[in-house]
Amino acid sequence: MSDVIVVGAGVVGAACAYYAARAGLDVTVIDRGPVAGGTTGSGEGNVLVSDKEPGPELELAVLSNRLWRTLAGHGGFEFEAKGGLVVAETSEIQRRLVDLAAKQDVEHAVVPAGALRDYEPHLAPGLAGGVFYPQDAQVQPMLAAATLLKHGADKYGRGTLRLRLGVGVTGFIRSGERVTGVRTTHGDVLGGAVVNAAGTWGGEVAALAGVRLPVLPRRGFILVTEPLSEPLIRHKVYTAAYVTNVASDSAGLETSAVVEGTVAGTVLIGASRERVGFDRTTSVPVLARLAGQAVALFPVLRGVRVIRSYCGFRPYCPDHLPVIGADPRVPGLYHACGHEGAGIGLAPATGHLLAQVLSGARPDLDLSPFRPDRFPEEAS
Amino acid sequence: MTDVVTDEARAGEGVTYDLVVVGGGPAGVAGALTAALAGLRVALVDSSARLGGQYFRHTAVPARAPGLDRFLRQARALSDRAEVLSRHQVWSVTREPDGDLLVHANSPEGGAVAVRGRRLLIATGAYDRPLPFPGWDLPGVLTAGGAQALLKGNGVVAGRRVVVSGTGPFLLPVATGLAAAGAKVLGVYEAGGGLGLARHPLLALGKAGEAAGYAVSLARHRVPYLTRHAVVEAHGEREVEAVTVARLGRRWNVLATRIVECDTVAVGYGFVPQIDLGVQLGCATRHDVDGSPILETDAAQRTTVPMVWAAGEPTGVGGWRLAEIEGRIAGRSIIAHRRAPGAGVEVAAGEVAGVLARRRDRWRAFGAALQQAYPVEPGWQGWLRDDTLVCRCEEVPLARIREAQELGATDARSIKLLARPGMGWCQGRICGYAVACLAGEPQQPPRRPIAQPVTLGALSDTDTPHDSAH
Repeated sequence: MSDVIVVGAGVVGAACAYYAARAGLDVTVIDRGPVAGGTTGSGEGNVLVSDKEPGPELELAVLSNRLWRTLAGHGGFEFEAKGGLVVAETSEIQRRLVDLAAKQDVEHAVVPAGALRDYEPHLAPGLAGGVFYPQDAQVQPMLAAATLLKHGADKYGRGTLRLRLGVGVTGFIRSGERVTGVRTTHGDVLGGAVVNAAGTWGGEVAALAGVRLPVLPRRGFILVTEPLSEPLIRHKVYTAAYVTNVASDSAGLETSAVVEGTVAGTVLIGASRERVGFDRTTSVPVLARLAGQAVALFPVLRGVRVIRSYCGFRPYCPDHLPVIGADPRVPGLYHACGHEGAGIGLAPATGHLLAQVLSGARPDLDLSPFRPDRFPEEAS
Repeated sequence: MTDVVTDEARAGEGVTYDLVVVGGGPAGVAGALTAALAGLRVALVDSSARLGGQYFRHTAVPARAPGLDRFLRQARALSDRAEVLSRHQVWSVTREPDGDLLVHANSPEGGAVAVRGRRLLIATGAYDRPLPFPGWDLPGVLTAGGAQALLKGNGVVAGRRVVVSGTGPFLLPVATGLAAAGAKVLGVYEAGGGLGLARHPLLALGKAGEAAGYAVSLARHRVPYLTRHAVVEAHGEREVEAVTVARLGRRWNVLATRIVECDTVAVGYGFVPQIDLGVQLGCATRHDVDGSPILETDAAQRTTVPMVWAAGEPTGVGGWRLAEIEGRIAGRSIIAHRRAPGAGVEVAAGEVAGVLARRRDRWRAFGAALQQAYPVEPGWQGWLRDDTLVCRCEEVPLARIREAQELGATDARSIKLLARPGMGWCQGRICGYAVACLAGEPQQPPRRPIAQPVTLGALSDTDTPHDSAH
């Protein structure tokens, strides 16, 4: 019997397991697939503070950013403190970007139009300026999840952090009201607490416990280019529209240019957001739009070849905040899911805070904005 | 931000073809010609400069492949009756809101081309299935199909000292072709079998003449043919100088080895059907006898997606004869569909009843028998060392794959995500089979939303109001 059962071996589940083991708890991680097989395996690896409105998510992001830097000391997941450059197409947008940066109260530098090419020599002409965020970083998300689990097991004992892959959760075991374990495709697993870190599928896991958690998929496509012989793009570069799209409630397709180079030499190009359920069918018009936006931002990319694309499902909640903490409706059930497109970035803080809750300590941040029962029962 | 988008060029501006065929091998040409002869407007798109597919394009010179004359007649007849777009690489097929299919391709000049059709025939053939072994990344190590391709250039292989290794009947035409072109073929090492040439499965089902022809040709060139033998390592500083040939046990474990000096190695362990476009469109797949993912088709060669047919290797590897028959059946079924779009499977089946269908079924059974006769045994994994590259594009050695498995990668996809095999230029076409074997699972249908590299410029040019998502 474990102290904690974590459902989900994506980056958030891995972080929960890591910090819980560090706090001295016995942890079993269960996933129906492999490590990082869901949304974690379909992301870009963003560790961003730049795209967050001031408020609880930004606080979470700032804490997480600090924790990622500590974890990066272990190595193994290509942590790159590349910095992010948000660019503005018009002077009006630039003014709003500068306002936002002032309110965010994170480290940044306002970049006038004339200085943009000092940051990115290949940027298209005619942009109105930008804001540079040195704290923005990137990790290889699959390696990050796998490495956190491995470090947790190596450092705090293999008996302390166990991994059970290819095991699907089919129900919950209860003693009275209290959750005392999970039923799986491979037998019952008992534990003192169950953490729902099932990402986009978090709503389904919650439903097994009889509670509603409105986590829904928002599809995103990413284009990957051939490896370039010399890096053309130094930072994560995106247009201001990305910030508004992240927080948007639109059900239709939204795209904004997000372009960055990687350690492997490829260039990743995003970002699109659509609410189409779990439909994996590739939409060529969406890919075409992503390509067009990237070329508009970096004309030098026009002749560069795309060799693949992939899509993933960001788990979003109606208010675009994640769900973190104990579920007051079901004693013994905890949630750590619904991070939308920021799950990689927010994972360590989520795991750290949840481990504090699980071990009875006072969490470093107020978790009430993230509480699981904040949604109206009869929401859309 | 606005981008000036130029309209994606449309082949046959404004034309909606009755049928667009992707692939110019025996299946595609037969299907296209059958439909064109019945008066359908047909376009055929192929990546090569000339029609023929893997088999007829790379056919041995001067020894002419069986069926070549017949194929060339068909190809000529097709050119008179249909739009043939050669040197066009198809990277995606999408469905328009009105149900038409849009075939997106790179033109020879690197531009974007979209061919619009009511119906699609997927006849994209198969690609070589190599297995990794130490030194297989040295220049001079080729796939069996790659060695065939060498024969195109006159005299390229003359004087070379060649070793042919792998499993399956395709090794024979490769070896005889190379020998006839003047190469010194030092040996054909067939990892499987134990049957020898005299009882070669080609002798079954009326291919005796063909098999005997290969046997005679090998004998004339004094080429030894050894079963239960394979090249398990290639040696050399900058290019291949020698190989280790092993005598193999039943499961392909190494029993004894010797060194053979050579400068070229042709290796082939069968073929992987190319089904990317079908998977993009959501066609149902299944595993063939040898575990390869293939497109599911009915008696009329229809896939599970409306208006999409498949013929040839994408429905199961079976060789050029089967491919041609399936192409003709698909063509007839497509003609029947245009006459009576509402009719069900019976009409289409009625069109293909009789001789053609029976011949197809016989060749399919033969193809399945060949796959059973030449299985890939797991012992090859023992040929690898920790530093043997499994994925050459991303330079991923075996050790890194094992590390990924220890980190919790329990299937081929998560091995790819953690260790990067299959993420490079070839998108796992070369290493996909080997990685699936190492993961201990059958090869999964390929997820390649972009089936061929396409420039960002060409991709963005497909973003026209005409075919936007809304």
